[in-house]
Amino acid sequence: MSAVAETLSVTDERLAGLTLPAGGWSDAARKDAFSRLQSMGLPNRRDEYWKFTRPDTLTQALPVPAAPFVTDEVPLFDAIDRLKIVFVDGVFDAEASDDLSLEGIQIDRLAAADADIHWARDVYGVLEANGQKPVARSLAALNTAFAVDGVLIHVTGAVIKPINMIYLHKSETSDVMLHHVIKVDAGASLTVLETGPAAARLNNVMEVDIADGAAFHHARAQGRDHERRAATHMFARLGAESTFKSFTLTANGVMTRNECIIELTGDNANATVGGACVGDGDFHHDDTVFITHDAVNCESRQVFKKVLRNGATGVFQGKILVKAGAQKTDGYQISQSLLLDGDSQFLAKPELEIYADDVICSHGSTTGAIDETALFYLQSRGVPKAVATDLLTLSFLTEAVEEIEDETLRAEINTRMASWLERRGG
Amino acid sequence: MLKINNLHVKLEDEDKQILKGVNLEVEAGKVHAIMGPNGSGKSTLSYVLSGRGGYEVTEGEAHLGDVDLLDIEPEERAAAGLFLAFQYPVEIPGVGNMTFLRTAVNAQRKARGEEEMSAAEFLKVVRAKAKTLKIDAEMLKRPVNVGFSGGEKKRNEILQMAMLEPKMCILDETDSGLDVDAMKLVAEGVNALRDEGRGFLIITHYQRLLDHIKPDYVHIMADGRIIKTGGPELALEIEKNGYADILAEVA
Repeated sequence: MSAVAETLSVTDERLAGLTLPAGGWSDAARKDAFSRLQSMGLPNRRDEYWKFTRPDTLTQALPVPAAPFVTDEVPLFDAIDRLKIVFVDGVFDAEASDDLSLEGIQIDRLAAADADIHWARDVYGVLEANGQKPVARSLAALNTAFAVDGVLIHVTGAVIKPINMIYLHKSETSDVMLHHVIKVDAGASLTVLETGPAAARLNNVMEVDIADGAAFHHARAQGRDHERRAATHMFARLGAESTFKSFTLTANGVMTRNECIIELTGDNANATVGGACVGDGDFHHDDTVFITHDAVNCESRQVFKKVLRNGATGVFQGKILVKAGAQKTDGYQISQSLLLDGDSQFLAKPELEIYADDVICSHGSTTGAIDETALFYLQSRGVPKAVATDLLTLSFLTEAVEEIEDETLRAEINTRMASWLERRGG
Repeated sequence: MLKINNLHVKLEDEDKQILKGVNLEVEAGKVHAIMGPNGSGKSTLSYVLSGRGGYEVTEGEAHLGDVDLLDIEPEERAAAGLFLAFQYPVEIPGVGNMTFLRTAVNAQRKARGEEEMSAAEFLKVVRAKAKTLKIDAEMLKRPVNVGFSGGEKKRNEILQMAMLEPKMCILDETDSGLDVDAMKLVAEGVNALRDEGRGFLIITHYQRLLDHIKPDYVHIMADGRIIKTGGPELALEIEKNGYADILAEVA
């Protein structure tokens, strides 16, 4: 089969079972996304952008069944005062969710936002469409066309607590598309938390429009279900002097592809995206980042750390594109893996493309084992080898966690990572 | 306390014999010093005793009390009461000095079946000991040895020693890279730990550390063996005449 024919057949099979929602303010955006999707086609294994990650289980008509992970541990961020919005296998759970009204913020659900003209119309599918160039992200277009629920958040002032989307996974065969739109007005700020596995297969899109002087913070913990699969896209557009910070913690999951597409469109803006992941065995984790500098004096940071063992695979594709005129850009990118045995692998593709001449950009990628000298030092002080290994592993991951601005969130994530490592040892 | 008998050691990856029959006994309450030219095997001896990888014991044995050291993991040797102050203390980014110290103290206590130290008790003890070594709160908070000066690293080694209260302390060229003031501070730390129940083995190139930590015995090591043993005067002799005379005498 030719590559084109294969793309067509994959796309046709996927679309066969889906119905395009019609009517309402999102109608035009969905139709546009649908035609984008048809012209791009879903990714297949010959796609250059999917060279290190096989897309088939993410694109096929039906999800591979995935058993929900049962744990007695306290949910992440449980001790933090936050507004909870709960989805169970992609279905909104009003009972478990908090009241969606909060000072400085307007929250609607995509499924319930039925006004003819909704503010989200200016963002929904717009940032996603923008992010399709120069590389196609057709799973995101699929999402824009077909997602029936998600959260629409308009921030007008200072919000007193984080908004936490909690994604529970109960059905073995759930196949979920959620689409969130977030608009942060000038000078306003918001923290969004996303926690949980969501489904056997999740396709999640978040579009974030950050106005001048606004701030958006995002921390995500993808659930520990071993068999879950996910393709997520975060599209962010940053105005002048605005801040964007996103961090993702991943443990387990047979297939995760997290794409983050950031456009710095206003001067003096600042974007950070980071992640820490721990993979054991049948685990494939792909971080794909594309940051476009299109304004003066902006800073971007990418900090990704992966700990891999027993044949786990980690992928990092990170690109910084500095457009002509984006002078005084400061771009930084680091991706590192710690391989705890010889069976695991880390594949990294760092890229810089620079059209301005007064720019600082650096990138680095490393793969290594546990530092034997440090290990011996700890052991010589009486720390058992397994504990010493955990301590060094944790310290490796912590460097990415440090990118989170909020100290409470940082501490929560570090504590959780430590407890995971400890449990594994015990 | 520490008994080394006919110890032969080669490099694991190379056919190179480093120790060629070391015999040494360190009694509780005594300070032994080992001096010797570069490449004589002094540091290897300290690594082999503490269990660093890369060496193969081809003959002989080493016991701490009735514990056969060469048979067990480095952490078990530590729990049995052995401590090595490193020549080059290792930097561990991301692990706080306090976390490291407390993990080590409690791991050893646990291994010995003793009760673990509470956070409050630990803090109290560590602060008091740090103070005498002029280690401030800031240094305790920082990642292990990261950004420490040479002197700070060595003082941090002595702090670990003070917290872990080992029976047998090996100091591997603790004086290297120290100025006179720093050396005094380290020596005071060591002297404060001298005790009837504790043995010391001090490995050094130079006599000057032994001005501050007075040894009971001085051994000269050359080509993987201890070739001469004497009192503190032996160190003075070497300071004056170098190793050449002694090496010639033995040869």
